[in-house]
Amino acid sequence: MSVRRSVFAAATASIVALTTALAMAPASAQTLRYANQGDLKSLDPYTLNESTTHAHLGHVFEGLVARDRDLKIIPALAESWETPEPTRWRFHLRKGVKFQNGDPFTADDVVFSAERVQKKGSNLQTRIPSGTKVVKVDDHTVDFILPTPNPILNSQWDTWYIMDKKWAEANNAVEPTPAAATTPSFASLNANGTGPFTVESHQPGVKTVYKANPNWWRKPEHNLKEIIFTPIGSDATRVAALLSGEVDVIEPVPIQDISRVDSSPNAQVLKGPELRTIFLGMDQVRDELLYSNIKGKNPFKDIKVREAFFKAVDIELIKNRVMRGLSTPSALMIAPQLFKLSGDFTRPKLDPDGAKKLLTEAGYPDGFEVTMDCPNDRYVNDAAICQAVVGMLARIGVKVTLLAQPKAQYFAKVLKPGGYQTSFYLLGWTPGTLDSHNVLFDIMGCRDDPKSSRGEANLGGYCNKKLDEFADQVLQESDATKRDLLIKQAYEIGAKDFGYIPLHQQALAWGVSKKVKLSQRADNQVLLYWATKQD
Amino acid sequence: MLAFTLRRALQAIGVMIAVGVIAFSMFRFAGDPVNQIVSLDTPAAEREAVRTSLGLDDPVPVQFARYFVNAAQFKFGVSYQFRQPVSNLLMERMPATLELAACATVFAMVFGILMGVYSALRRDTLLTKFFQAVSLIGISLPTFLIGILLIYLFSVTLGWLPSFGRGDVVRIGWWTTGLFTLSGLKALIMPSITLGLFQMTLIMRLVRAEMLEVLRTDYIRFARARGLTTRAIHFGHALKNTLVPVITVAGLQFGSVIAFAIITETVFQWPGMGLLFVQAVQNVDIPIMAAYLLMVSLIFVTINLVVDILYTIVDPRLRSTISRPA
Repeated sequence: MSVRRSVFAAATASIVALTTALAMAPASAQTLRYANQGDLKSLDPYTLNESTTHAHLGHVFEGLVARDRDLKIIPALAESWETPEPTRWRFHLRKGVKFQNGDPFTADDVVFSAERVQKKGSNLQTRIPSGTKVVKVDDHTVDFILPTPNPILNSQWDTWYIMDKKWAEANNAVEPTPAAATTPSFASLNANGTGPFTVESHQPGVKTVYKANPNWWRKPEHNLKEIIFTPIGSDATRVAALLSGEVDVIEPVPIQDISRVDSSPNAQVLKGPELRTIFLGMDQVRDELLYSNIKGKNPFKDIKVREAFFKAVDIELIKNRVMRGLSTPSALMIAPQLFKLSGDFTRPKLDPDGAKKLLTEAGYPDGFEVTMDCPNDRYVNDAAICQAVVGMLARIGVKVTLLAQPKAQYFAKVLKPGGYQTSFYLLGWTPGTLDSHNVLFDIMGCRDDPKSSRGEANLGGYCNKKLDEFADQVLQESDATKRDLLIKQAYEIGAKDFGYIPLHQQALAWGVSKKVKLSQRADNQVLLYWATKQD
Repeated sequence: MLAFTLRRALQAIGVMIAVGVIAFSMFRFAGDPVNQIVSLDTPAAEREAVRTSLGLDDPVPVQFARYFVNAAQFKFGVSYQFRQPVSNLLMERMPATLELAACATVFAMVFGILMGVYSALRRDTLLTKFFQAVSLIGISLPTFLIGILLIYLFSVTLGWLPSFGRGDVVRIGWWTTGLFTLSGLKALIMPSITLGLFQMTLIMRLVRAEMLEVLRTDYIRFARARGLTTRAIHFGHALKNTLVPVITVAGLQFGSVIAFAIITETVFQWPGMGLLFVQAVQNVDIPIMAAYLLMVSLIFVTINLVVDILYTIVDPRLRSTISRPA
């Protein structure tokens, strides 16, 4: 008897479910639903220095400066600024701006935020050079007194968000939230900025709801009343959610799904070049490679071997086959948008025969064996790029063993704390400052001085002292034209040395509903305060 | 009986410590959590400071001892990613997983038993052949593939069911439930089927085999001889006797339903503990990984204990063997 009843119940339940499902309501207007591969882990703007987090919090907070759709620095909470001396920057703050809880925005908040961002537990300590004094001149003027001149002081301040001093003090949020905190932090679950949206609710890893801030000082360019953000980690599910109309914007669209999204009636893919440069690096420091059959010497110390590797890589094939056309081959270690004179550089031509000859001249007529380290979940098709490179090098007789690992293991092995344990690797880099100095210093700088942080991300230890000299001049030079020439000279040295093998800038791919209009910025920040949505 | 329960409880603690030891020795291979906390261009000195503050520069046994002293006081630490206490995060996510596991089990039981009984009684009909084909699919197709197929059919093509998430939930105390809202119920359908399909086929095959076995026994023949109705014989006598092993298996499988929910939750972005765990693995969030593994082992151990005790209630013959220590 009971069995029959449960049959009936189950049948009824499934019929009810199906009929109700058929009557699914259309989306309400001006509510934009957005899904990203990654989470919004903390609302504390100083916890994580990562562009997805910055983009999220950029809806709630603002910096003294902002960047427009073309990444140009524009005034935000500071109306204007000047440098009366090379070591003193004066910022004039915007008057009449209020935080979302009603507190007025003043110079005290800037001084407080400057202190907080430099404290232990902040991941954005480098936003302000150490030794900088932050002085309140009056309620709406702040001076930054630097130990050395720095022409790009405010280049990363679009993501140094200003926090409310009173609010932080009242809620025990004066200290940034370190990862090892023993008490939960108020600021990681609550936010109070000056920006276009307020956080209505935030469930980490599940859902975040933003509401438009009616008291924003700027005139909104969006027509949204609400943004609902859900992280969707699975690629297939994220694309399905877009195609079925359950979300309006997704980031990223996996390369293999782009044509399917484009051919669907209700969504399309917004594509554009990204700023991140993907490149190959080689260990040029050790006297004997860690992972190679050549003993007693390091083949990568020979410039001919590096040149041979460069000329063996068929970048067009990688672009057409691996990246399905969605990459921009690069001659430089920086994206063309970030360096005016990048047009002066071209990649050396593909030349497998010449490469083979170079290897013979270097004393490796039969090639050699080397292990390549590669992440498999960090960049677009990263492991597939490495596989392609393995095949290309096989043609000139170099036998590459590929070790592709998840980023957690990969970075633990190859970065400085892991002892730079790699002979040949693939890495991607976006200069945080959007400026060449960062590339010349962190990636291409010598890492032989243990006291300096120069070259810490130079995993292969490429080194040319002349390049370092130029990098130091670049930091001091405030004349833009002269500065660009210095940068160019530095890059020329790097290119002549074949210190690195730059591959390409990968492409951005955002999935956007046809009802939504959105601007795409090359730093891959999804900024929905520029989005409009039709009914 | 009490001695038996106590003995099993002690064994349970031993199992959990063993799980902890194994888990901790594995974490070293998960990668370096510091890389997930700071960005790529963070200076090395700052990285070291983070490492020290997390206690990651201590030897593994020291880290392990510290963790267990805290865990014994129900302090599971703070998640590296979310900067929230792990116990809060797990409590917040637990209702989603338990609700999904319960719905999947109910689905598996109801449809598994029905299909099993039918295919045992009507061995040669078309429907039976269909059921057996379904059971073959359920056993052989991986969970994530079934989930993605369902999403493409019912969300993308037909647009009937939501492809991800839990829908609207109702909060009752600390528990959240999707059972009382339309969108919540709709969101439960596909994940429950995906998660329960394997158990369903298991139960179906079990019921079918047991039914066929029981139908051949003497007491069924005698029941027929007594002139009982077919329905009374099939459902009153035969089915009842097949249900004992079915309940055992379903009970034991409940633990693995919770554990297997990891894959289903990832496919459907179901905000449960499994999804939290997967994200923790990707980000080397050791506090969450450790607490989750301990919790899953606790669930398994508890279910086993309950099943053991239930046996003695269902089957009095076992009582005498249990009260005597082995």
